[in-house]
Amino acid sequence: MKEKLEQIRLAALERIAASEALETLNEIRVAYLGKKGELTGVLKGMRDVSAEERPRVGQMVNDTRAVIEEKLEERKARLAKKVREEKLKREVIDVTLPAKKNHVGHKHPNMIALEEVERIFVGMGYEVVEGPEVEYDYYNFEALNIPKGHPARDEQDTFYINDSILLRSQTSPVQVRTMEKGKLPIRMIAPGRVFRSDEVDATHSPSFHQIEGLVIDKNITFADLKGTLEEFARELFGEDTRVKFRPHHFPFTEPSAEVDVSCFKCHGKGCRFCKGSGWIEILGCGMVHPNVLRMCDIDPEEYSGFAFGVGLERIALLKYEIDDMRLLYENDIRFLKQF
Amino acid sequence: MNTALSWIKAYVPDLQVTAQEYTDAMTLSGTKVEGYECLDKNLEKIVVGQILSIEKHPDADKLIVCQVDIGEKKIQIVTGAPNVKEGDKVPVVLDGGKVAGGHDGGPLPENGIKIKKGKLRGIESDGMMCSIEELGSSREMYPDAPEMGIYIMREDAPVGADAVELLGLRDVVFEYEITSNRVDCYSVLGIAREAAATFGKKFVPPMPEAKGNGEDVHDYASVEVVDTDLCPRYCGRVVKNIKLGPSPEWMQRRLAASGIRPINNLVDITNYVMEEYGQPMHAFDLDTVAGRKIIVKRAKDGDEFQTLDGQVRKLDKDVLMINDAEKEIGIAGIMGGENSKITDQVKTVLFEAACFDGTNNRLSARRLGLRTDASGKFEKGLDPNNAEAAVNRACELIEELGCGEVVGGMIDVRGDLPVPKRIPFRPEKINRFLGTDISREDMVSYFGPLEIEVDEAAGEVIVPAFRQDLVCEADIAEEVARFYGYDKIPTTLPTGEATTGKLSFKLRVEEAVREVAEFCGYSQGMSYSFESPKVFDKLLLPVDSPLRNVVTIMNPLGEDYSIMRTISLNGMLTSLATNYNRRNKDVRLYELGNIYLPKALPLTELPDERMQLTLGFYGEGDFFTLKGVIEEIFDKLGMTKRITYDPKAGKPFLHPGRQAEISYRGTVMGYLGEVHPEVLDNYDIGERAYVAVLDMPQVVKFASFDRKYTGVARFPAVTRDISMVMDKKIMVGEVESAIETKGGKLLESYHLFDLYEGAQIAEGCKSVAYSITFRAKDRTLEDKDVNEVMEKILAELKEMGIELRG
Repeated sequence: MKEKLEQIRLAALERIAASEALETLNEIRVAYLGKKGELTGVLKGMRDVSAEERPRVGQMVNDTRAVIEEKLEERKARLAKKVREEKLKREVIDVTLPAKKNHVGHKHPNMIALEEVERIFVGMGYEVVEGPEVEYDYYNFEALNIPKGHPARDEQDTFYINDSILLRSQTSPVQVRTMEKGKLPIRMIAPGRVFRSDEVDATHSPSFHQIEGLVIDKNITFADLKGTLEEFARELFGEDTRVKFRPHHFPFTEPSAEVDVSCFKCHGKGCRFCKGSGWIEILGCGMVHPNVLRMCDIDPEEYSGFAFGVGLERIALLKYEIDDMRLLYENDIRFLKQF
Repeated sequence: MNTALSWIKAYVPDLQVTAQEYTDAMTLSGTKVEGYECLDKNLEKIVVGQILSIEKHPDADKLIVCQVDIGEKKIQIVTGAPNVKEGDKVPVVLDGGKVAGGHDGGPLPENGIKIKKGKLRGIESDGMMCSIEELGSSREMYPDAPEMGIYIMREDAPVGADAVELLGLRDVVFEYEITSNRVDCYSVLGIAREAAATFGKKFVPPMPEAKGNGEDVHDYASVEVVDTDLCPRYCGRVVKNIKLGPSPEWMQRRLAASGIRPINNLVDITNYVMEEYGQPMHAFDLDTVAGRKIIVKRAKDGDEFQTLDGQVRKLDKDVLMINDAEKEIGIAGIMGGENSKITDQVKTVLFEAACFDGTNNRLSARRLGLRTDASGKFEKGLDPNNAEAAVNRACELIEELGCGEVVGGMIDVRGDLPVPKRIPFRPEKINRFLGTDISREDMVSYFGPLEIEVDEAAGEVIVPAFRQDLVCEADIAEEVARFYGYDKIPTTLPTGEATTGKLSFKLRVEEAVREVAEFCGYSQGMSYSFESPKVFDKLLLPVDSPLRNVVTIMNPLGEDYSIMRTISLNGMLTSLATNYNRRNKDVRLYELGNIYLPKALPLTELPDERMQLTLGFYGEGDFFTLKGVIEEIFDKLGMTKRITYDPKAGKPFLHPGRQAEISYRGTVMGYLGEVHPEVLDNYDIGERAYVAVLDMPQVVKFASFDRKYTGVARFPAVTRDISMVMDKKIMVGEVESAIETKGGKLLESYHLFDLYEGAQIAEGCKSVAYSITFRAKDRTLEDKDVNEVMEKILAELKEMGIELRG
């Protein structure tokens, strides 16, 4: 009996070791361990074994079964692994074949620039507000210390709808509309479309965008204006940007300034980009004129503030090195795809 | 405004700066220098030479050989110039030197032209004699230069001296950008005052004194100002025995550097004073002035007047005119008349130095289309005080230059003149405003050079009348800031109450919409808000379409930009057409922009500005691709209720069978569809294109970013498939509507999995199959639950004439 079992074990293990397919393993299982299998046959022959031998032989049969099962599992695992490996080998792909893209659309460069500016100012606690594009003369000029007949009205070549309604020539009217609401303090930026009757060329468009900024609070100083815009310029153009404030004139701010930043292409050495000066003009700003505050019922003795206006296209053109403003309004997909 | 540095130095004698230093410092103190031009650029080794002898060139008819004394030695120069003679003094560029340009006066080469000695037809030439063009200038500015040939210098020019210097070309011309508030700086004196203050040098303005003869001007002429509102002051002086001739070189050079062509002493003096004082002057030939009387009054509507440029101008009642006793003789502050023009025969002149209303002058000049040097100054609104100084300065120059005999006295018609203003001066307030710590003494020290006085007792500053821009304390703060230096003001950030940085809800919705549109492959475009009224025809809108009620621009850039858009499609279709025309494939664009709907016409209040989302594409995709984008957008905006599509959108610009009005919870949100082939033709788009428009104000009303977790299903779902045959005309939307309304609470979802027309289906019918999923939140559904609901759905479908397929 013992020899028989040993024979079965050896034969089974040999067949297991020689098997190359999962199906063969199954056949082996059936052949040895199945209902009609050899080992089962041995168990059936237990009847002929004496009572005292039976537990020992039973143990031997069980041991043999366990060994065969273990080897079967072992072999099965190895074969499965081999099968998987072969499958993986077959499934090799050429990863350099073209990608299947979702073809996500692209933002307009103006929008990218605007979002950058918004991010900076929202981070500093500014609210983003809007105002009408078709505007009353009052808000566009009168309330901004530009009465009828003021030469600044000519400088801006405004489109008129009638005597009192026009296409806003600047985003500054949103300053007035915000102040009029009477909620202080104010920290806001107002991006939007503005219109001036300039013929279309590489640097002009009758319709473009500005971003107005306004801060009104107690004790706001010119130094605060400088600090804020320096921070802005560094965020937008890079940490090593230098900022220059030049005296200028706007009817609705006093003192007023124009702001230049060091050319970010040549870092101030002078290049074709900055026309050799090393500086690039980016915005106009100033302390809100007391007349403007008074028109909005804000007491200039108690409150002060600053305002600034940035040309969005100017920023976009500079930052993304776009050499012709017309490209911004043609919507050629080959242009848009570059952003 | 352009001015030579030498002219500034005439009033700021101690000024010693390089052109770049001057540019930087003046710009930082508020007088922006736009650029400068060195007149001696590329002029090297050019001296005064005297021609000792001239011989004919042995081998060339048109050349001559000159022996020229250049001081240290004599040289030989061969030239073809026809105008030189022995004894002439001429500018000579020596071997190795440079001139600025060619003799033809063409554009100047960037690096000039190098001159070397060489042979001309075999004869040695050691240098070159120069024409005015070669020196980088022109006969315009040097009227004494000959038409052809070499510039002949003054007889007293020292031989061997620097010819560039003698010609007044060792100078720099600065171009300024003067801001409109600084009327006083539209003059050389104004800029010189700023330069003196900027560099801390003494300012020495002229103190004009024209004594005149013993006669009284009032015996020669009289002035009456009728419209005093437009002419606050009129000063007149008379000069007799006029002797016309060229003005002196220094005056010619200064005018030329300012871009003004020298003419003769009389004209040059008026131009000179205009530049120097910023006060335009006019000279009338008094003998042509009827009644020797000047009357200043408005023209009459329809008057015609010939200005001295020969043009006939149509006048109106708002144009201020200078008249004599009989007729109009000049447009005040703009241009004189042909009928009183100064001729070479002039004997007696009336000088006018007046002050006209700036706004009226500007508007008149604009209406007449006649903006002159004079009106360019008057329009700024001049200081009436300046007129007297200017006319006296002109008469002083007349006397100095021996140009005539000045008659004593001045006619002066005026009201009250502006007086110096008083403005509170609170140094601590200024410091608080600027964020600085500038001492009172320093502030006062900035005021002196600006002629601003301090009244210590009153705590006020007294501002000179010519500084019309200084009105309030903030203005004084600016004077302090710009002379303290904007660059020295510290940088701080605002303190005080914290504020929340945020976008409005509308802007957040727009941001989400942009995100989805871009994710779906649409790129953002931008188009103009104004367009041509012709777009309505291009879009096949009927003549009575309310969209044709437009906000019209009074002064558009042209008809193509004359109306504010009431529909956003033209911009989109134009952009698609541009891309199509450039052979770009599969173009998907979106735009977020306003349309402008008038509430009533003519416009009395602002129009309704409605933000529109416009999507458009051609190429890969169809109606349903676009529909998918709309639904993605609604989904993103938390608008998860059923969106309905009504094929009767009634849009003439869309394919009649492929358009839908989009509604959400009973409100119209917009429309989508395939562009009508005729519209495609109108835009030259050669393939099918699709557009969708959402009216954002409506979308914003329903949008929400609030989300609530409703749990994930834990009990199994039951799915039932139904297959139907129905009339082709019934839209699947109606089936869905039935499923949705009858599905009740148990209905989870449904989807169309088959749609078929053709063989085995009766003519005019279609087969439609839906898979409907039911689920309960709290239990496993039993057949009978589902059967109940299905029966209701099927009953409803039956009602609609839909049969289940066997």
